Amino acid sequence: MRVALAGLGKMGLSHLAILRAHPDVEVVAICDGLSYLTSTLQRYTGIKGYGDLDTLLEQERLDALVIATPSKLHGSMAEKALQRGLHVFCEKPFVLDIAQGRRLVEMAEAGGLVTQVGYHYRFVSALTECKKIVEAGHLGRIHHIRAEAYGPVVLRPKGSTWRSKQSEGGGVVYDYACHALDLVHFIVGPIQRVSGVARNRIFSRDVDDEVYCTLHLANGVTGQLAANWSDESHRKMSTKISVWGENGHFRADRQEIALYLRDGVDDQHRAGWTMLNTTQLTPEVWYYLRGEEYSAQIDEFVRRVQGRLGTRACDFNAALETDRVVAAMHEEPANAVTSPRRARPSLWSRLSGASKNSQ
Amino acid sequence: MDRIIFGDNQFFGVNHMSEEKARAQSMRFQNNSAILEVLECAYSFGIRTFMCTTHERMADICDHFRARRADFPDYTFYPCMPYAHKYANAVTEHGMVGALRSFLPEEGTLSALLKSGKAVVQADMESLAQILIDAEMKMFRGLSTPVIFLQNVVTDLLLGLGMNEAFRIFANHVKERYDAEPGFITMNAPRLLDALASVGIENPIVCANINKVGFRMCGGLAAYEAALRGRRFRAIAMSVFASGAIPAREALDYVCGLDQVEAIVFGASSKGNIKETRDLITELSIRS
Repeated sequence: MRVALAGLGKMGLSHLAILRAHPDVEVVAICDGLSYLTSTLQRYTGIKGYGDLDTLLEQERLDALVIATPSKLHGSMAEKALQRGLHVFCEKPFVLDIAQGRRLVEMAEAGGLVTQVGYHYRFVSALTECKKIVEAGHLGRIHHIRAEAYGPVVLRPKGSTWRSKQSEGGGVVYDYACHALDLVHFIVGPIQRVSGVARNRIFSRDVDDEVYCTLHLANGVTGQLAANWSDESHRKMSTKISVWGENGHFRADRQEIALYLRDGVDDQHRAGWTMLNTTQLTPEVWYYLRGEEYSAQIDEFVRRVQGRLGTRACDFNAALETDRVVAAMHEEPANAVTSPRRARPSLWSRLSGASKNSQ
Repeated sequence: MDRIIFGDNQFFGVNHMSEEKARAQSMRFQNNSAILEVLECAYSFGIRTFMCTTHERMADICDHFRARRADFPDYTFYPCMPYAHKYANAVTEHGMVGALRSFLPEEGTLSALLKSGKAVVQADMESLAQILIDAEMKMFRGLSTPVIFLQNVVTDLLLGLGMNEAFRIFANHVKERYDAEPGFITMNAPRLLDALASVGIENPIVCANINKVGFRMCGGLAAYEAALRGRRFRAIAMSVFASGAIPAREALDYVCGLDQVEAIVFGASSKGNIKETRDLITELSIRS
């Protein structure tokens, strides 16, 4: 399978290493606007480097394109690749423009092309297991899910990259909440509506640093989302999923699941508490970098292109669901309510508060 | 190389089994005095090599051992670089070029070159790597660092990319500048051995997960056992308990039975666990 990769940031380099190590993949070209990156990699690895995607697509014979550029470029790059009949793996979030996303889904379906978005948490074994527990009905009828994501990305009023601009896919909603929303979709089902959105800026000027909202799923299932990328108490991004059903509850993160069942189901899922952890659940991958899930998601993409069944992948269609939820969350105005119980604020805080809220 | 090496994951809230446990540990060790207490306890049991990430908090630990050299005359550090989150967070905040620039000295041609966005030629790659290594090593000045490791996230990234030449650059600089042996931490040991051999790094020190259940041993337990039998390298076993999945005696019985494993690195927080692990390794090593 002949693959090219666009975008050599953190995720791009990580994907490149994983792709290069995959036995069924040949990485034939890479593309990035920074020529020192492509030329250095070309020099040390022999992979052909390009400064722009159009030239790359014109000159290379490919089966698939992996896109790991800043988010605002995802849509147009995916479109170019699909037009040429390539399978596409795209980093999350999928697109910033829903109409464009819909067009891409249709193009891929019409062309019979495999698509995937890098929602890697689906491939964290403990979280995959959560889906299995729900699907098997061990919790009975599900009535509530809570998805949380906390971590230390923006800790100072600074930052000059695309992540600090909402129009380019920056902000905690695109960066963190997307993962949590995709997990809700993956484990319980699609989100139909959001309400009570609270978006706050802590350090950033132009994007939200924390977001909370209520989620409404089919059949009266509700959920809550909490995401904060300015939480220094976490060493790195920490994602948690809690689900309540009529027969019990579980709370899961990437390491372990604490499952409580009222009535036992089988030997692995007895009444009372059961702890399941990643060492028991995680199958070996052929190459490891930062976490099995990154290798597993690329492997599933390759297998799907080869015509085999994928069970965990988030395709463009599923990823567009998350983009829709994100759009709905952004439609609600950023939090502008001041508590009536508070003392009258000073002139300065009223002015600065007003300027913040007017954005 | 000592048979028993003390690790540092427990001090920085790294726990592969449980986020709750990791959080409890980061609370317990939020003051460096708590770390020093455990290190001194381990030293009292004869464990005098500390394999530690170049986390910024480690600078204080280094100061302590520098100041009390008389009390710990043979104390040895095995630095593991870099502390990757520092770089990863900087990339998120400043972008690739901005991050690189933030870790380079203000003056100097490299910084200027990056600012101008020009292509970095081979010689510059090498000096860039050297500058970054030297920056990470600053905190260990005057301390014994006979082995210097490349952290697995970087080792395995370079390995996957196929930038084997970078291993040679690291090895050469560490030898020439610090008179130290280069070490490589990896989750992909069999594959790494091939890569190191391809750039002429002979009999390398490789620190990898080696445990009875094959946890994070990419290529599989059998490939690791075959490498231990058939390849020439100095193995340091880590994650021997597979994050607590294997009972201590059973875990160490397996690892101590592997002749080519030269050293075992483990982290513990309590006096009881440190002593128990040391005693077991000593007992099982003699027997095998």
